[in-house]
Amino acid sequence: MTPATDRRTPRWRARLLLAPMVAWLVLFVVAPTAILFVYSFCERDEVGRVVFSFTLENYRRVADPVYLRIFNRSIGYAGLTTLICIGVGYPVAYCIGRAREAWRQRLLLLVMVPFWTSFLIRTYAWITILKQEGLLNGLVHQFAPGAAPFELLYTPTAVVIGLVYAYLPFMILPIYGSVEKLDGALIEAAYDLGAGPLRVFSSVIIPLTLPGIAAGTLLVFVPAVGMFAITDLMGGARVPLIGNVIQNQFLQARDWPFGAALGAVFMGLFAVTYWLMLRLGAREEETAA
Amino acid sequence: MSAMVELRGVTKRFGGFTAVNDVSQQIVGGEFLTLLGPSGCGKTTLLRLIAGFETPTAGSVWIDGEDVTHLPPYRRPVNQVFQSYALFPHLTVAENVGFGLRMKQVGKAEAAARVGEALALVSLTGLETRRPHQLSGGQRQRVALARALVCRPKVLLLDEPLSALDAKLRRAMQLELKRLQRQLGITFVFVTHDQEEALTMSDRIAIVNDGRIEQLGTAHEIYHRPATRFAADFVGEANLLEARLLLQDADCVHVAVTGGLELTLPLAAWPAGASVALIAMRPEKVHVSKLKSPADFPAGAANIFEARIEEEIFQGATDFLVLLTAAGTRLSAVVANESALGDIFHAGDRVSCGLHADDLVIVPAE
Repeated sequence: MTPATDRRTPRWRARLLLAPMVAWLVLFVVAPTAILFVYSFCERDEVGRVVFSFTLENYRRVADPVYLRIFNRSIGYAGLTTLICIGVGYPVAYCIGRAREAWRQRLLLLVMVPFWTSFLIRTYAWITILKQEGLLNGLVHQFAPGAAPFELLYTPTAVVIGLVYAYLPFMILPIYGSVEKLDGALIEAAYDLGAGPLRVFSSVIIPLTLPGIAAGTLLVFVPAVGMFAITDLMGGARVPLIGNVIQNQFLQARDWPFGAALGAVFMGLFAVTYWLMLRLGAREEETAA
Repeated sequence: MSAMVELRGVTKRFGGFTAVNDVSQQIVGGEFLTLLGPSGCGKTTLLRLIAGFETPTAGSVWIDGEDVTHLPPYRRPVNQVFQSYALFPHLTVAENVGFGLRMKQVGKAEAAARVGEALALVSLTGLETRRPHQLSGGQRQRVALARALVCRPKVLLLDEPLSALDAKLRRAMQLELKRLQRQLGITFVFVTHDQEEALTMSDRIAIVNDGRIEQLGTAHEIYHRPATRFAADFVGEANLLEARLLLQDADCVHVAVTGGLELTLPLAAWPAGASVALIAMRPEKVHVSKLKSPADFPAGAANIFEARIEEEIFQGATDFLVLLTAAGTRLSAVVANESALGDIFHAGDRVSCGLHADDLVIVPAE
């Protein structure tokens, strides 16, 4: 909008339109974050009540090697999940994005269908597939009766399967968005200039769909680091991730200040990731415009 | 002269639709050939068959003596300038132009030199580090041209590259493309639906209609000797008159055209044995005079008749006239808006008209 048209509408009316959203953000984002931040410097008494004071003790405890290892493990799991989601999701998103228009909506619908069922129910469904006497081992038994059954459930593999399953659509959708915007003439131009299929992919298609990959990475990596339900259900709490630890501090250990400190560090980590991804995305958007 | 591109019995069908129907054609090395036709006539499909983006349903495509029918685009010695330019938005001007050289693994120093040369050729030196979105439409067009030419293709394919430019810039680019083509000696195959563009630039024009090449010839031939009704109608204005044979003499034929006007034509021009044919006549070939009486016309004007001006449309340098002859035939004519010493025409004026037999083109009835 140019400044000239901007002046025509009174500012307060434009601001009024923003009010509901600002109120929502203050109430449910800014305030809880502030509370979390304040708590992270507090102490707790014997029964778990928060005692207001100022201490850096909680942050010192976060730096404990035990928690650093859990942080690292969480990042490792989320990173692996993100990579698998890119590997599996990119071809799917590409095929949907380059499909004939009439088919695109139908194929997209297939990606979204799982959201029609509760997340917990779907996770339990995975348990019945992966457990020792589950569907997968039943199938193996059918074809190789002598083979030892797989031990999948309550292993790190099961956790990664669960995470990939849960977050795959969040990778597919943004990549689909940038593939669909991709001008087919650019691909033809690359072929015309002597690029074989692999070079076309690496020199043209990948750079031009990078904003989608960046957005998908953000949508998958950030929640995957903090996920606790899947690790609880499919990992059997044997491989605690940072999400489980934080949940424990609040619900079982009743050490809110320490949980808050873990959460604050965690959020700082996200902010940095987000900023990096945003910058990458913005740079690509700008050149794609 | 040898054929640089040769289409042998090429047919391309999409589902039930035949886009290109049994086309056999040679394109000579070093010529500027234009595929001219209305949208949907198959001209772009012809170009894509040469580029390798389509594989013919039947027939074969040859480039410089080699059968390339089943070669992918990246193995063909041709490059294309796309209608939308298709510049890579994530690359700079220099990187765009150098893309083809990078793919062909040309050495860095040589590639840089050739990119510089190509940019100089299209007068874009100094814009190397810009991105496509920072360029004007005309500049993008030049980048697209440089990007294709830097690969030194045997044939350059151009798919309506000027259609997105404004009229003035288009005119300038037409002349520049023609200059480049002469300078480089590369075979250009240019697709357009704009007849003026085709007439301005081409060595030869192929009139494409309904998946076939209706006529191939120089701009002069296409304009003055259209071979089919479509060619006569599509290129320039034409009076198209149905002619019926009345009488045949030793050296000429007498015919009556739509509306009743009677004309005399040389016997050699009339299709042997035909009783009907089509006469095409360019409006500027109708000689119109207010001052001369029919008796004053030079001897060559075999067909002299009187008419009334029904309509006069001022077009600047020329006047467009709709004439109604005494016999009842309607003709359009274009006359120059001359000096005040000459004729000035108004609607309602009575005029004398003359047609030279050489200016009448007889097209066989279909």
